[in-house]
Amino acid sequence: MSRPDRGPSILRFAAPQNFYPLAGRLAPWFAGIAAVLTVVGLWLGFFVAPTDATQGEVYRVIFIHVPAAWMSMFVYLVMAFWSAVGLVMNTRLSFLMSQALAPTGAMFCVVALWTGALWGRPTWGAYWVWDARLTSQALLLFLYLGFIALTRTIEDPRRADRAGALIALVGAVNVPVIYFSVQWWNTLHQGASVSLTRAPSMAATMLAGMLVMAFAAWAYTLAVALWRVRPMILERERHAEWVGAVLTREAQRQGGRT
Amino acid sequence: MQWESWSAFWNMGGAAFFVWGSYGLTFVLVALELALVFQRRKDTVSRLLRWRKAVGRNGGGGGPGNGSRNESRNGPARAGVESQENETP
Amino acid sequence: MLNTFVAVLRRDLLLAWRGRADVLVTLAFFVIVVCLFPFGVGAEPNLLRAIAPGVLWVAALLACLLSLHRLFAQDHVDGTLEQLLLSSEPAVLWVMAKVLAFWLSTGLPVVAVAPVLGLLLDLEQGAYPVLVISLALGTPILALLGAVGAALTLGLRGGGMLLALLVLPLFVPVLIFGAGAVEAELSGTGATAHLLLLGGGLAGALALAPWACAAALRVSTE
Repeated sequence: MSRPDRGPSILRFAAPQNFYPLAGRLAPWFAGIAAVLTVVGLWLGFFVAPTDATQGEVYRVIFIHVPAAWMSMFVYLVMAFWSAVGLVMNTRLSFLMSQALAPTGAMFCVVALWTGALWGRPTWGAYWVWDARLTSQALLLFLYLGFIALTRTIEDPRRADRAGALIALVGAVNVPVIYFSVQWWNTLHQGASVSLTRAPSMAATMLAGMLVMAFAAWAYTLAVALWRVRPMILERERHAEWVGAVLTREAQRQGGRT
Repeated sequence: MQWESWSAFWNMGGAAFFVWGSYGLTFVLVALELALVFQRRKDTVSRLLRWRKAVGRNGGGGGPGNGSRNESRNGPARAGVESQENETP
Repeated sequence: MLNTFVAVLRRDLLLAWRGRADVLVTLAFFVIVVCLFPFGVGAEPNLLRAIAPGVLWVAALLACLLSLHRLFAQDHVDGTLEQLLLSSEPAVLWVMAKVLAFWLSTGLPVVAVAPVLGLLLDLEQGAYPVLVISLALGTPILALLGAVGAALTLGLRGGGMLLALLVLPLFVPVLIFGAGAVEAELSGTGATAHLLLLGGGLAGALALAPWACAAALRVSTE
């Protein structure tokens, strides 16, 4: 990771003009890793993992459902981390990174909810049950939407950055509280007490497929966030000289293509 | 290998709608997200190029469509912007 | 230091007293939302009795939400907020005073009216003390959490909807434990655990929310 000829420390990439080309170089690699891992994970999931004894083939939704649910939570934590870094160290890039991650996190939330509903219908008999996990997932989606709506509504970039960072942190503090309260509520009301984790019956190949898909989701998130943050950097830094050079190069490339 | 035939594979033990519905929507959303990200990149580049041309011709002022608040680094960077503009055809 | 707290508290209470109509509108909203439920689900007493705790809590929560935008809006418009932020007094202190004044002028009336509405829904006798205690512990948490949202959305177009989207997910635990307390009392398991959790939540919100709110006000006014 460290390149002695390119600068003293990794911190130089906190500067937008250094981070912009780095993001451009890294994103395709992560996208490639994501594609390869997805193919491997789906192959494991569909052709190696055995049929589930109790659920039949429906369980194969797990290879997308669980990684999406994990990613949606993980991305929120990363967002909160970058928000805290931005507020403490006053680095503009951290705010941009958390804003670039939010739509992907929300996307994974939708995927987890959708696949959960389609999995729930044959196993529980209903698309939606007020299960603790599903409910927390829905609330997490609202937290994402609130963050995105707030940062998009505020026009002043400085205020948008900081307001978004604050609400991300407030949300992160509240996520455990929400999860705990929903769990509590769910055990008291004892609706459909079906657990998703039937750990003992889980074959090793199922777990392997799930983990590979989780890494694929992770690499995909990195690739998309890096791609998304690049135009955001250009927009913010449009007064800087290096952006002019980048834009000129971009224009030539587009001109050459048509 | 789990499947006797491709039709058995697509049938998913009778759960085709649920399994392929899940994977289908996921891949649609991923494709949509990637398309939006690249579209946004193209839009931003062309909008900023137009903006820089306008700034170069009028000698400063104005901004692109959204997020047009001037930041504090505005002043010192402006000279660089204009010299850059003169080189741009 | 305490002087600032008392001065801001007194000023805000005085302003709230002069604008009594706003408080009455909040109360009227609370009452009318509760009255809508029998029209919606039917006037079957058993059903109403069963849903009473949840209905009262949801209505109280919405009444709080609807009045939140008033918390800083007027001070933002007339410049008082900036004066306060520029002053040397610690922001946490007067933020807390403002939230307390807000709760006294909107939350407390809601808590006081709730038992009367409980009568409308035929809530069982034994549940009234728990209903009042749970609301008295829960609505200050709503005010504290809502203050952060109100500070972040200060002066934004469409701020009301945005405020709701921001704070409603955060209100869910309060609703769960508040309405849960009343239901636990009714079911005979006792409401102590719920009320303790609500009290803990209030302590946590008191410790964290004023700082977040002060930071949010700085972000929104600079």
